[in-house]
Amino acid sequence: MSKEKKSEVREPLIHLSKRTTISPLKAWTIRLIAIVLGLLVCGLAAFLLIEKLQQNPERIGEFYQTFIRGSFSTSRKLWKYLKNTSVLLVISLGLTVAFRMRFWNIGGEGQTLVSVLGAIAVDFYLGGRIPEWILLILMFFAALLSGALWGIIPAVFRAKWGTNETLFTLMMNYVATYLVSYFLVIWVPSGSSSLGKLKYGKLPTLYNEQLLIVLTALFLTIALYIYLNYTKHGYEINVVGESVRTAQYVGISERKVIIRTMILSGAICGLAGYLIAAGSDQTVTTNSVGGQGFTGILVAWLGKFNPLAMILTAGLIQVLNQGAGQISQDFGVDNALPNVIVGIVLFFIIGSEFFINYEIHFRGHHSRANARKEAAK
Amino acid sequence: MNIWLGFLIDSLAFGATFIYGSTGEILTEKAGHLNLGIPGIMCMGGAGGCLVLNTIGKSGLPPFLIVFLGILGALVFAVFSGLIYSFLTITLRANQNVTGLTLTTFGVGLSKVIVSKLNPVVYLVSTRDYYHWPFAAEKNSLQLLGVLFFLAIIVALLSSWILFRTRVGLQLRAVGENPATADAVGINVTRYKYLATCIGSGIAGLGGFYYIIDYMCSQEAYLSVEALGWLSIALVIFALWRPHMTIIGSTVFGILFSLGGFITNISWIKVTMATTPLLKMLPYVVTIIVLVISSIRNKRENQPPASLGLSYFREER
Repeated sequence: MSKEKKSEVREPLIHLSKRTTISPLKAWTIRLIAIVLGLLVCGLAAFLLIEKLQQNPERIGEFYQTFIRGSFSTSRKLWKYLKNTSVLLVISLGLTVAFRMRFWNIGGEGQTLVSVLGAIAVDFYLGGRIPEWILLILMFFAALLSGALWGIIPAVFRAKWGTNETLFTLMMNYVATYLVSYFLVIWVPSGSSSLGKLKYGKLPTLYNEQLLIVLTALFLTIALYIYLNYTKHGYEINVVGESVRTAQYVGISERKVIIRTMILSGAICGLAGYLIAAGSDQTVTTNSVGGQGFTGILVAWLGKFNPLAMILTAGLIQVLNQGAGQISQDFGVDNALPNVIVGIVLFFIIGSEFFINYEIHFRGHHSRANARKEAAK
Repeated sequence: MNIWLGFLIDSLAFGATFIYGSTGEILTEKAGHLNLGIPGIMCMGGAGGCLVLNTIGKSGLPPFLIVFLGILGALVFAVFSGLIYSFLTITLRANQNVTGLTLTTFGVGLSKVIVSKLNPVVYLVSTRDYYHWPFAAEKNSLQLLGVLFFLAIIVALLSSWILFRTRVGLQLRAVGENPATADAVGINVTRYKYLATCIGSGIAGLGGFYYIIDYMCSQEAYLSVEALGWLSIALVIFALWRPHMTIIGSTVFGILFSLGGFITNISWIKVTMATTPLLKMLPYVVTIIVLVISSIRNKRENQPPASLGLSYFREER
């Protein structure tokens, strides 16, 4: 009786339900479809934005080839690609640690920039006066300490008074930027505020300039995977992230975990800063990190905060970045084009997560399922 | 005109950029959505307005129509960006921080690609005087107080009135505080979220347009809109989520931001070049201090909306 009554109630056209599980194959198929769709829309956008493409529509094939050429056509480009991906990966790893306990650290940009500044400050004042290897070690600690300091400030306020960490860390980014421009004015009295490449404080080369950076990133990825999944600290981070009440109940001090984890998060971003300072740039500008602190958030989120998966997502985003950079060069467009292309593809990937997390039922789904059951009987 | 008064009016006019950006962000945040795409949306608004002016700037249309169509162009582009954000975060329940940051990347990039191709003689020079009405003839900073400046004040006051004095505002705040409860009393949560986010985006977009066309009126202005967008998000905290407070806050921010350039003109204050970056850092530091103090005092009406940053799925509990 009650069943008949139920079927008379008008069903909504679309009904959503949360999936409990999804096979990895299905999930990755959905993501792949999203990326392909995103790239197609990119082609469309390219037609609207690139004049050379409007004149010769047949060059659209070349447009897509350039994506690949941007990162892989020569060994120099390939190594540049690997290095950039590695630095991006290290920053994302730093952020992931915080994200795992639902601490929205969007201050990776500032934490990294301030550690570049810290390392370069040591280099600037001590470079040439002490042996190179001591200098490199001092730079290393300066970078890690500055990064950790930038991470611990918002953490303390969040732990003690519940200050909103998203907004706090966001503001710290800009404090860091202006701190850099302040020191640049002090260090470069001429007023050009460009420090130029320093002579000392360069990491030793291992086969080539980039290999050491790549290896560091890989080592860190594995270490963090173990730390997050197989140690007591990692477990505590997860518990605090899942439920603060549970943490209190089992006797985990939320404050302690937040502060400890943010020191780690900042210090890892500090390592990224060290790799930028001593590994490649040997100078600091307000643009030393170049938005990678923000891109790192996307990398971490897309990789579901899993360090191993993040190798893949960092690689993907870097291909898009570098490929689109090549396109803006080859087709003579404004160098902001990569942002547009990366943005479009990311919109599709972000949207696709919905289809992985939720199941969509259209109207009539229930009655049809019932009919099938009846038929089976 | 007195140099100090000129500076004050200049800061007031500069602040209108933040009034738009912050008022837009406040509306969005009151619906429970932390929109980090505001810098991108402001850039898109600027690009849209400039694109329209680039086609009609020399068409000989009546001035008020040109002013109106420019504003409309900015609104269309900004609301379109807002729609992307709304669709992803409201309908598809994507993470708000990630979506917002992507929108900023996208919007800033697209606006640069678009505006760099336009002709500044058409979209800036030929329309400048229309936007500076009614003080276009003045030769001092009074001319900066144009149509869009007064619109900013009106928008901020109107938003405050709607948010805190009307039923619609009450329901919107309910959605931001606790969407499940709002849903239970029969408020259409999705509609409120969409409307608040899109209207907020439109308002924010006008900020970018105002800065490029009216306040700066220079062809490089579009490059610095992004930084102002982040400052607008900071100002939301400073104004404690009250649109009318952004009028005061934005003036303070405007003063702090342009003080670095101004202070070197005063002979009796001795400053070095190094002071400028520190002065520019001040708005952010002040914001942090306000954020910390308001969380320590823990007064309920000064807090961010309770469900800020969380997406709402009815069947989840």
